[in-house]
Amino acid sequence: MSLNAKAVLSATGLRKSYGASEVVAGLDLALVSGECFGLLGPNGAGKTTTLRLLLGLTRPDGGTISLLGLPVPEKAREARLKVGVVPQVDSLDPDFTVTENLLVYGRYFGLKDHEIQARIPALLEFAELEGKAEASIESLSGGMKRRLTLARALVNDPDVIFLDEPTTGLDPQARHMMWQRLRRLLGEGKTILLTTHFMEEAERLCDRLLIMDKGVAVTTGAPRDLIAEHIEPHVVEIYGDEVKSNCAGLCQRQEQVGETLFCYAADPHDLLAQLQQQCELRYLHRPSNLEDVFLKLTGRELRE
Amino acid sequence: MSLKTEKTDFSPPSLSWRFVSVWRRNFLVWRKLAIPSILGNLADPAFYMLGLGYGLGSLLPEVAGVPYMTFLAAGTLCYSTMNSATFESLYSAFSRMHVQKTWDAMLNAPLELDDVMLGELAWATSKSVLSGVAILAIILALGLADSWLLLWTLPLLVLIGFCFTGLALVMNALSPNYDFFMYYFTLAITPMVLLCGVFYPVEQLPAFLQAVANWLPLTHAIGLARPLVQGEWPQQILAHIGVLLAYGSAGFYLALVLVRRRLLK
Ligand SMILES: Nc1ncnc2c1ncn2[C@@H]1O[C@H](COP(=O)(O)OP(=O)(O)OP(=O)(O)O)[C@@H](O)[C@H]1O
Ligand SMILES: [Mg+2]
Repeated sequence: MSLNAKAVLSATGLRKSYGASEVVAGLDLALVSGECFGLLGPNGAGKTTTLRLLLGLTRPDGGTISLLGLPVPEKAREARLKVGVVPQVDSLDPDFTVTENLLVYGRYFGLKDHEIQARIPALLEFAELEGKAEASIESLSGGMKRRLTLARALVNDPDVIFLDEPTTGLDPQARHMMWQRLRRLLGEGKTILLTTHFMEEAERLCDRLLIMDKGVAVTTGAPRDLIAEHIEPHVVEIYGDEVKSNCAGLCQRQEQVGETLFCYAADPHDLLAQLQQQCELRYLHRPSNLEDVFLKLTGRELRE
Repeated sequence: MSLKTEKTDFSPPSLSWRFVSVWRRNFLVWRKLAIPSILGNLADPAFYMLGLGYGLGSLLPEVAGVPYMTFLAAGTLCYSTMNSATFESLYSAFSRMHVQKTWDAMLNAPLELDDVMLGELAWATSKSVLSGVAILAIILALGLADSWLLLWTLPLLVLIGFCFTGLALVMNALSPNYDFFMYYFTLAITPMVLLCGVFYPVEQLPAFLQAVANWLPLTHAIGLARPLVQGEWPQQILAHIGVLLAYGSAGFYLALVLVRRRLLK
């Protein structure tokens, strides 16, 4: 397939160790121009490390990377001229106002002040921060800071945007707003590489995604395909201690997690009919989703 | 043409004009607080010089052939410049590197760590030169110098700022937190202030302490500054310059290696 021909970003056999632990252990990925690609994985899976490798901020122990046609890390700096980054940890400049943050950041790209000044109104509009142009960073809410970080990442009109957990810690309103903005960028033809812990976010935004765990890819594909491939279409969650009952024959697969029984079924009619008779039971019937895939493939035990 | 040049932690610094955007970032922050900052540069050493100069000076006939105030002027010039470079490269650079993540933001843009470090070096040097210039203004206002040779202290201030910035950036690269810097003050800065001839000629010290003082860069800064303030050409100019350049360059290179290991691992 001509995937690599159109690849905006590609990596093969990527490896990185810290001490004895191999944090990225042979990862391959390729992003096609204009797509939104999601990198998912539990805490410590190696997502941020992968992004740092792709940006040339740390040297890989093995593998090759090409970003916008340039080899990384050798030409990473040149490649970053056309890349925008929203890091996981906030790095806005607390000594500056909103506008100054954009101005100073634009200078790091070698842009002239008048070029940056000309872009600032559109960037503030994009981030819905028009009224906050002269506000200090500490006066901004979490959502505003995140939007400003996104606007800052756009100051150089990048072709590719890296977003490391852009919506973590945001309320639903702010998250929806972020999603709208990212869709707008995709509409403009930008390529996005996103990490997130919100499966809903990945399902809504990403054309394709890669689930990684302990530094290796567990699966990759379009969200819908992954769900269809790994999980039965219906999920019935039954709550309570006394459910051990005879659901077994009525679904393809079931899983007991604490006091909840998850039943996965191609056709849930009989199961639901039976549950309706046991009116003391609380249960929820829903379509299967990406979270089911994620938990099936990466397990349910806590990390760290 | 493919020239394979693998960069390692030990590669020499890659020098580029890109450092200017880093310098300008720090300058923009400074500009917001310029007035209190300049007042601090002036008032602090002025009280020092006036207090010690008149207070002690009235008890001393002459020191090394000049009034004590004049003697102290050159010491204060070097000491203030050193202090300013040191504070900027320790506390301020550390907050940019570690606390505020300013360096991380720069590294996500098309800047390299070498650009950031060069920007910090240039900035702390600039800021220390400004402190030195404030002392020169005091020296002129008090009529302590009247020779054109005083102008040569300007390039000397750049050299002093470079030297002590390079050294302090090593501490910055090693430090886990702000408290760590106390070691540097206790073990390096304070001994230099007391041994290197700021307050009295190094020749007053016993031989072994003189030998120690001769290894310390502040002695060499003062060795150049004191004659210039008093209107004479210094002795051993190249040796003094060599020592200051060597400390500054070695410090900056070591700091760069350490900071590469710290941030790019
Ligand atoms: N500079 C470093 N030195 C040592 N270990 C590191 C370093 N950076 C990351 N690690 C380790 O590598 C592993 C992967 O970290 P990474 O930040 O890439 O995970 P992540 O998938 O982004 O996790 P999260 O979802 O929590 O952000 C973790 O165990 C982390 O402790
Ligand atoms: Mg992370």
